[in-house]
Amino acid sequence: MTADGLPASLEERVALRIAGDRSVRQVVMLFFGSALFWLLIGSLLGLVTSLKFEWPDLWTGTAWLTFGRIRPAHLNTMAYGWSSLAGLGAAVWLVARLTGTPLLHERLALASVVLWNVAVGAGTIAILAGRSSGMEWLEFPRWAGVILAIAGAPVGLSLLAMVRRRTLSHMYVSLWYLVGAVFWFPLLYIMANAPLWRGVDQAAMNWWYGHNVLGFWFTSISLGTIYYLIPKIIGRPIYSYQLSLLGFWGLAFFYSLVGVHHLVGGPLPDWLISLSVVASVLMIIPVVAVGYNHHMTAFRHLGALRWSPTLRFIVFGAVSYTLVSLQGSLEALQFFNRIVHFTHYTVAHAHFGLYAFVAMVLFGAVYYIVPRVAEREWPYPGLILAHFWLSVTGFAVYFIGLSIGGWRQGVAMLDASRPFLDSVTVTLPYLASRSVAAVILVVAHLIFIGHFSLVAMRRGPVRATPALLGEIPMGARDA
Amino acid sequence: MKRFASLVAGVLAAWMAGWLALTVVPRQQLASVGPPAGLMPYTAEQLAGRRVYVANGCLYCHSQQPRASDLGPDSLRGWGRASVPGDYVYDDPHLLGTSRTGPDLLNIGVRQPSEDWHLIHLYQPRALVPGSIMPAFRFLFVVKARAAPGDRVVSVPPQWAPAGEVVVARPEALALVAYLRGLDRSYPASGTMGIHHGR
Repeated sequence: MTADGLPASLEERVALRIAGDRSVRQVVMLFFGSALFWLLIGSLLGLVTSLKFEWPDLWTGTAWLTFGRIRPAHLNTMAYGWSSLAGLGAAVWLVARLTGTPLLHERLALASVVLWNVAVGAGTIAILAGRSSGMEWLEFPRWAGVILAIAGAPVGLSLLAMVRRRTLSHMYVSLWYLVGAVFWFPLLYIMANAPLWRGVDQAAMNWWYGHNVLGFWFTSISLGTIYYLIPKIIGRPIYSYQLSLLGFWGLAFFYSLVGVHHLVGGPLPDWLISLSVVASVLMIIPVVAVGYNHHMTAFRHLGALRWSPTLRFIVFGAVSYTLVSLQGSLEALQFFNRIVHFTHYTVAHAHFGLYAFVAMVLFGAVYYIVPRVAEREWPYPGLILAHFWLSVTGFAVYFIGLSIGGWRQGVAMLDASRPFLDSVTVTLPYLASRSVAAVILVVAHLIFIGHFSLVAMRRGPVRATPALLGEIPMGARDA
Repeated sequence: MKRFASLVAGVLAAWMAGWLALTVVPRQQLASVGPPAGLMPYTAEQLAGRRVYVANGCLYCHSQQPRASDLGPDSLRGWGRASVPGDYVYDDPHLLGTSRTGPDLLNIGVRQPSEDWHLIHLYQPRALVPGSIMPAFRFLFVVKARAAPGDRVVSVPPQWAPAGEVVVARPEALALVAYLRGLDRSYPASGTMGIHHGR
C-alpha cells in the first residue's frame, strides 16, 4: 500500500477500478436510462412550450396543454428528471472510483432510482392536471415534494457510507463537490417545501432555493464531474490544488447568498437585495479560480479534443460554466438588470447554464461512463459526433436569438413612449428562431437516446476498441 | 482534504449562512408588517380564481410587482405605485413573477374593471388586443347551441364567435375574473420596511 491508501502495484489498482465500475453497473445504467426518458419528455415539452409563442391558438381547448402548464412541466422534467437523475448516476460512479470502494448498499441506491422516478412522474402529472404549487422551481405539489425528498435519502446514505469507508485517505476535489451536493440538496429542498412562508418572505425563500439548487446541486455535481474527467482523459494532474480549494469554498459561501438577485427592484428590504447583488459579484472569485484551474489543465492538451468524444462535451461545458457565471454576475448589477429583468434574456441565460454547462457535462459523463460500466463500447462514433454538433448548433441558435430578442424586449419595455405591445412584437422573430433551435435539440437528443438504447440492449456492432472521433497520436492515453 | 468531518462542517456552515440571511432574518424583519388599511382579504371566489391563476401558470408571463420609477416606467404605464411588503400579506403562494411577456397585473382591477372585457380577453385575447401572443383559454368556456337559465354568456365579437352558437363562461373563468378585478393596490403605501422607493 502507498501512503495514500492506494495498492502499490498497477495491476492491483486497475483491478480495484474495474471492480468498482462493475459494482455500480446496474444502478448507474438505471439512473442514466431513466434520465434519458425524462430528457425525451422534457425536450418535447420544451418544443411545445416554444411553439405556443408562435401559435397562441394552438390546442387551447385542453387544459393540460395550455402554455402555463407545459412550461413548468418542461422545467421540472428537465431539472429533476434528466439533470438530477443523470447527475446522480455520474455521482455514484465517481464516488466508487474516487473512494476505491465498490458500491455499498446497492438496494438503497436502487430504491432511490425507483422512488425518484415516481416523484418526478407524479409531480409532472400533477402540474399538468393543474395542481402546481405556483412557485418557480418548486412547482411539484408538497406531497410529491415529500416523495422526492424521501427518494434522495437512500442513495445519499449509500454515497456517504462509501466516502466514510474509503480505501483512499485523500479526498479528491470532485468528492468535495459531491459530498456537498449530497448534504445541500435535501436541506434546500426540505426547507423550501416547509409550509412556513407567505407574502414577500415566501418570495425571498423561493429565490433562495431557486438559485441555490443551481449552485449547490446541478453546478456542484457538474463541477465534480469536470474535475475528474479532464485530468483523466488528458492524463495530467489538475493544475492547482490551492485554486481548487478557493473555487470550492468560494462557491459554498458566496453562492448561498445570491438568490435574491432575482428580485432586484422588488418589494424586499434593500439590504437583502444588496447582499445578493454583492454575493453575485463575489462569485467572480471562485468562478475565475475554477475556470483558470480547468482551462490551464486542458489548455496544453487540446489536441485530445480531436479524438475524445467525452472531452469535447466536457470542455464545452467547462468553458460555458465560466462564461455563464460571469454573465450572471453582470446581470445582477442594476444598470444591466433594469434592461434584462423580466425578459427572455434571462431565459436564454438559464439555458446557457443548464444546457451548455450542465447538460453538456452530463452528456460527456454518460459517453465516458457507459462503456466502462456496461463493458460495451458505443457502436457508432458518427452518432456521437452528430449529437455534439446538433447540440452545439441548437444551443447557439437558441442563445444568440433569444439574448438579442430579450435585450430588445427590455429596451422597448423601458421606453415609456412606446406601447407595451412593442416589447412583444420585437421578440417575434427571435421566438421563432428559438422554435427552430428546439427542433434541432430534439433531434440531437433522439440520436443520443437511440445510441444509448443500442448499448443498453446490447444491439449493434460490437467494437473491440473505444469509439473515438479520430486517431490518438502516439503518447496520448485513455479515452 | 483528508478530514470528512471538516468538509461536512464547512458544507453545513455555508448552507446555514444563506438560509439564515436570505430566509430567516427577512421573515423576522417582515413579521411585524400587517395588512394596510386599504387592503381587503380575498373573498372565497377570488381565492378560487387565484387557484385558477396558479394552475394555469399566468405567473410565467405576468409579474405582480410594479417597480419604482428609477427602475422603469411602470407607473407611467398605469401599473401602479411601487409595491411594498404589506401589499402581499394575504398572498400564499406569492405571485411576484419574474417575467413580463405580458404586463404587470398587481393593479389590473383598477386598469380594467370590466367583467365583460376580461371574459372576452380570456376566451380570445386577439379579439381585444390585436398582436397579443397570450394563449386563448377556451377550456375555461363552454360553447353550446343555446344558453340555459343562469348561464353567463360572453359577448364575443362576431368575427371571433363560433357560428350559430353561444360562448358560456365556466365557474373557473368567472372566479379568475373575480380575482383579476379584485387586484387593486392603489391605496397609499404603508409598512415600507426599508425597501427601495425611487429617489
